[in-house]
Amino acid sequence: MKRISIDPITRLEGHGKIDIFLTEEGEVANAYLQIPELRGFERFCVGRAAEFMPNITNRICGVCPEAHHMASTKALDALFKVDPPPTAKKLREMFYSIFFVTDHTTHFYALGAPDFVMGPDAPVAERNILGIIKKVGMDIAGKVLKMRHDGHYLIKMIGGRPVHPNWGLPGGVSRGITEEQREEIEKLGRDAIEFGKFSIQLFNDIVLGNPGYVDLIKNEAYIHRTYNMGTVDENNLVNFYDGMIRVVGPDGKEHAKYHPKDYQEYVAEHVESWSYLKFPFLKKIGWKGFVDGVDSGVYKATPLSRLNAADGMATPLAQAEYERMYDVLGGKPVDHTLATHWARLIELLYAAEHWVELSTDPDITGETFRVLPTETPTEGVGEVEAPRGTLTHHYWTDERGILTQVNLIVGTTNNNAPINMSVKKAAQGLIKKGTIITEGLLNTIEMAYRAYDPCMACATHTLPGQMPLEVMIRTPDGEIIEHLTQNL
Amino acid sequence: MSDREASPREKGKLALYWAASCGGCDINTLGINEKILDVAAAFDIVLWPVAIDAKVRSIEKMADKSIDLCFFNGAIRTSEQEYMARLLRQKSKVLVAFGSCAHEGCIPALANMNSREEIFQTAYHDTPSTDNPKGIRPQTETEVPEGTLYLPFFYDTVKTLDQCVEVEYYLPGCPPEPERIWDAIVAILEGKLPPPGSVIGANTTVCDECPRTRTEKKIKEFKRTWEIIPDPEICLLEQGIVCCGIATRAGCGANCPTVGSPCIGCYGPNEGVEDFGARMMSALASVIDSEDPEEIDRIIREGIPDPIGSFYRFSLANSHLRRKVLAQDGKE
Amino acid sequence: MSNNDFEPRIIGFFCNWCSYRAADLAGTSRIKYQPNVRIIRVMCSGRVDPTFVLKALALGADGVLIAGCHPGECHYLEQNYKAMRRYTMLKHTLRFFGIEEERIRLQWASAAEGAQLAQAINEMVDQVRELGPLNWSAQWADNGQIETAIERIAEEHAEAMEVPA
Repeated sequence: MKRISIDPITRLEGHGKIDIFLTEEGEVANAYLQIPELRGFERFCVGRAAEFMPNITNRICGVCPEAHHMASTKALDALFKVDPPPTAKKLREMFYSIFFVTDHTTHFYALGAPDFVMGPDAPVAERNILGIIKKVGMDIAGKVLKMRHDGHYLIKMIGGRPVHPNWGLPGGVSRGITEEQREEIEKLGRDAIEFGKFSIQLFNDIVLGNPGYVDLIKNEAYIHRTYNMGTVDENNLVNFYDGMIRVVGPDGKEHAKYHPKDYQEYVAEHVESWSYLKFPFLKKIGWKGFVDGVDSGVYKATPLSRLNAADGMATPLAQAEYERMYDVLGGKPVDHTLATHWARLIELLYAAEHWVELSTDPDITGETFRVLPTETPTEGVGEVEAPRGTLTHHYWTDERGILTQVNLIVGTTNNNAPINMSVKKAAQGLIKKGTIITEGLLNTIEMAYRAYDPCMACATHTLPGQMPLEVMIRTPDGEIIEHLTQNL
Repeated sequence: MSDREASPREKGKLALYWAASCGGCDINTLGINEKILDVAAAFDIVLWPVAIDAKVRSIEKMADKSIDLCFFNGAIRTSEQEYMARLLRQKSKVLVAFGSCAHEGCIPALANMNSREEIFQTAYHDTPSTDNPKGIRPQTETEVPEGTLYLPFFYDTVKTLDQCVEVEYYLPGCPPEPERIWDAIVAILEGKLPPPGSVIGANTTVCDECPRTRTEKKIKEFKRTWEIIPDPEICLLEQGIVCCGIATRAGCGANCPTVGSPCIGCYGPNEGVEDFGARMMSALASVIDSEDPEEIDRIIREGIPDPIGSFYRFSLANSHLRRKVLAQDGKE
Repeated sequence: MSNNDFEPRIIGFFCNWCSYRAADLAGTSRIKYQPNVRIIRVMCSGRVDPTFVLKALALGADGVLIAGCHPGECHYLEQNYKAMRRYTMLKHTLRFFGIEEERIRLQWASAAEGAQLAQAINEMVDQVRELGPLNWSAQWADNGQIETAIERIAEEHAEAMEVPA
């Protein structure tokens, strides 16, 4: 059979290539998304001192190092059986919320947006962040750049560096914050909430207001009915930093709710010889192959899954948006992969609101930012929601705290099977007998992949030249508080 | 330089590529924020998988030396990564080993403590959540009903970029801070570079940037970072915490000691140092306050139970020894 | 395990004031000892940077011998203690690389101890001969697999369908 190779996959983190096999008639026989790399953290971390792990596992991903740093630090808490003081926990959670806003912003605007702002088959030279900035102008692009800048600035202020912070320790963190820093964090947090609202309004006007894009979202080629996984707090509301892991089926029923340390009873990893990345699946249902449905162990762990697996959001503005999304898309669970972009923005808003909540907590400038462990380390599990999915670190050590075994189930790994399924279904939906295959068409197939990771911003297909744009920011009551226009 | 309108000078071609890396170098490149527009004004970006949709095929079709500048981050540990290193070397006038992975191996090079066999055994068989009753392993070729699927060959030993191809410059850091990236871009555009083969960076250590006070170093005991809460003003090494600032090239602003954590050495060795770990060993040995061989032995064994992690965290691939002895069954 | 034809190549770093003179004394005393140590004279054993040891091993040495004044007798007062501490740190680390302990040795020898130094050299050479060649650069030698794999990639790329931009 003839083979089309998309190499490399672009506008995401990591390496991948897609192979699409065509029958004689020009139909898609199969499509495979191969991950051609492996680094071996689960092995080369054996022999390392446990306290090095937050800094070593950071380097699993330079886009979400904070997620690994946090999961690793929590694993160290468990390993040493030490409970961090309230100030430390709140600092960590606030830091984590700031990171979530920043990461979701990067993906929504920089990685996924070009497909919608410039168009899926725009020339390669324009179909990227630089093309967007040129098109939308600095009024809007400036807000995005400010958000990323603010986020990284605060991450550096609190954790040491914008990429690969060096801050987490068993029992707490290496340093607290001053009142002066707290004020700045709160102020920039309020800006972030505005930015979250702005982003959702943009999405409404430009994506949901465009029938073509709504059709794309509702297109069967981009729908998969699988299980959904996310972390929830004691009220079953979305929480990124801590909680129980909850899995809900495509039928909407709760399949499991468990403490992260029990993950091995619920999740296992399948191996294929054509990819270096393993394929997690739900153990109690079993691996049935790359198929949808309530009888297949395939599950998704994405922003959309988190919203599906929870009963709501813990902050008011995000909760209102949560309810609106399910209203518009016809109830829970939502299986439209492209709606992940919407879910991502709702999470962005929640993270911003939570950031501000924590920044005004009386404990946040407390002086006790760490307690020393007293127990001998043995074994510990640390779990957080990475922006891309549930992240689990599991360490075993000897009595000196030197690692003897490591197990990691990383955010995107959870989604390896559904990503393959999404790419195949999109390829089969878009390439039929007689279809002329162009680079732009292949990019449209790549969009099925991108939805899991970066996000889409908003835009209309437009004629070459400056894009006309009108954005209105409204209060929950509908009153317009800001009105931006460009080239109308 | 900051003129964003069409310049009369023709735009150069810029490629950015990632091998065995984490994406952090690319994120920090985006971290120069609006200055990315200055970069776009000076260059056509012909390859940048994180942000641009150009594919490998378009690079293969380019003429040799038609790419003016290539920022290559990531270590080399598969045949695909080495293929890309060679391809980009062939097509580029100036190749920069961008970031610690390309420069000295960085964290992926810690895998040089193991073999391919050991890594595969752990990842595909031994981890408790792996469910692999048939003992499947990734293969370089897999026959599926529709044809053949290929995966690159996974090496036993991680290599730096200059262990595969010739490199003009090195930009250190894991990742390099956005300010240093911008400095390097300006230096390149203004033609103010050190001689080829150089590291584009400072000629001093992190200690010079560190705000903590230093008096005398006499260590009776090395402390693990979780054993004490250090004084925020005093040098960490003086308090017994292994801080790599003494051997590490400056450029980051001593961010980590500023927030209470020891430097872990991510900018690599200072100018003139061949082996980062050797430098650390030498320096720490100098400050141990003991002349009794048994006491010295105990101080070292108890305080530094993971010397590879402490001394070779980022630099294993281009240290003198490069790797642990390769297990016999790691060889085909 | 040991190869009868194998003659160890050991690099020696001997301090100018004590151990180098001890080697001279062994020579003028016509003491026979195995000729496998290439001696490099340094002013003090404290001059020996662990880098020298690692570089020697990486470039093909089968062992490294560091020799200096007895503790308390250093010409520069205390620098041989530094050598002792560096040596301890180095041995601790080399264990993790899988390099046998006997390949690195720290030997104190005063200027009068020609015979003792010769004996220590003989001992070390015998031990290293028993261990066999280190041949360290073979650890990352490639037997052609990489070239074959890279060629395969070029072929794989050429096989795939052309798609217009």
